[in-house]
Amino acid sequence: MFLPGLKWRTKMDSCDLVIIGTGPAGMSAAATAAAHGLEVLLLDEQKRAGGQIYRDVGIASQSRGKILGQEYLDGLGLVDSLANGNIRHVTGATVWSVEQDGTIAWSAKDTASMVRSNRVLLATGALERPVPVPGWTLPGVMTAGAAQILLKQSSIVPRHAVIAGTGPLIYLVAAQMIRAGTPPLALVETQARSQAIAALFRHPGALKAWPQLLKGMDLLGEIRRANVPRHLAATNLRVEGDERAMALTFNSRGADHKIACETVLLHQGVVPNTQISRALDLEHYWHSGQAAFLPVTDEWGRSSQPEVFIAGDGMDINGAVAARWTGALAALRIAADLGKINDQQLQEKAKPVRNSLHQERSIRPFLERVRSCFV
Amino acid sequence: MKTDLPFLEIENEPRRVEVTFDGKQYALPEGGNLAAGLLAAGVTRLRNSRVSGVPRSAYCMMGVCFDCLVEIDGTTRQACLEEVRAGMVIVPSGSEMAHEDG
Repeated sequence: MFLPGLKWRTKMDSCDLVIIGTGPAGMSAAATAAAHGLEVLLLDEQKRAGGQIYRDVGIASQSRGKILGQEYLDGLGLVDSLANGNIRHVTGATVWSVEQDGTIAWSAKDTASMVRSNRVLLATGALERPVPVPGWTLPGVMTAGAAQILLKQSSIVPRHAVIAGTGPLIYLVAAQMIRAGTPPLALVETQARSQAIAALFRHPGALKAWPQLLKGMDLLGEIRRANVPRHLAATNLRVEGDERAMALTFNSRGADHKIACETVLLHQGVVPNTQISRALDLEHYWHSGQAAFLPVTDEWGRSSQPEVFIAGDGMDINGAVAARWTGALAALRIAADLGKINDQQLQEKAKPVRNSLHQERSIRPFLERVRSCFV
Repeated sequence: MKTDLPFLEIENEPRRVEVTFDGKQYALPEGGNLAAGLLAAGVTRLRNSRVSGVPRSAYCMMGVCFDCLVEIDGTTRQACLEEVRAGMVIVPSGSEMAHEDG
């Protein structure tokens, strides 16, 4: 294929494992694979390791770390673990072809390269579920995740923003904005209060994960102490404005509201980024609890194509900590596939990882029920 | 006046370099994220839709939505995946579609 302006490297590289994505799943998998003697090519679209959740953690300042919290700083260890001679980490790389025979084409700095690999691990993470309310395309409307990225990477926060939607991230972003000195003008929440409480009692699994629930409540306390107004059971969200967002209107508890603002941060949870798994024609299934299509995988993350594995939020939304464990499990299975460890060693090494993963997953049903798909 | 800008910058940033966006000069943090730099400088329109001509700006900040397309030195790129370099010449993508009073 001729692409004007693109230079080709004539020699085709080869390696044991190509990992696409350098978030917690990709980093954990790379470190685990490298520790077992595998040659790893780690391809990342971003300029620095960390994915979205740990974006730029390697160069974050102290004040930024304080605002973002300990959970963010936990990513530092993962970034450091990439300093291993078996890992070749390429940043600014756009993967534009993944063939079924394990040939991957990518380009960085206007130079295209190809690599042939024994195994491929897709660790491309999640993306925000789009929220197409009227006016959502106006300048000034962004995802809650985008606001977090602006804070993490660039230390900027919107001054006059309304957060609208549902899901744990809206409370985290609100708290981070409060700590940064620009509290949101309001939290417009699209879930009804009764949904949240009912979910708590219907699903005993949620009660096991007290640390996470308590953390959720701390955030609410922070938001309350900052006097951020909360509007519940909001419907009919609409962003008003001509050339840019000027106000958010909505209905809550029978009353119409209009909040003047410059920025609207929308959020309705996250869904797996399945761009590459779809391009590979891997099998997917509809997960009604997450209201998203997920790739079909076995307990190691092996997809419907045996050489292709998937880990992290790109496989199933379970957050950053679970992503470390699924990344490690996939890497262990791949190490066994390629003869670096035997089956008994595989099971022994996998056991503590599975325990940690199970703990992390046990809160999921509660969060699914709190999330509302409808605005 | 800085308090009129939609975004607050928290830290004293590293050295700034001059870039041109839509014909105007801006001093943005060197090596910083381009979309973020432009947003912090008060830019509210990164491009015009080639279909309808309406103004658009950053939405996802992570390279999946393509709403932040700009032309940098003649090549269309996503501003949210670019780093600021001295002397960049950036033009809103689709600016020929902008309304006359836009």
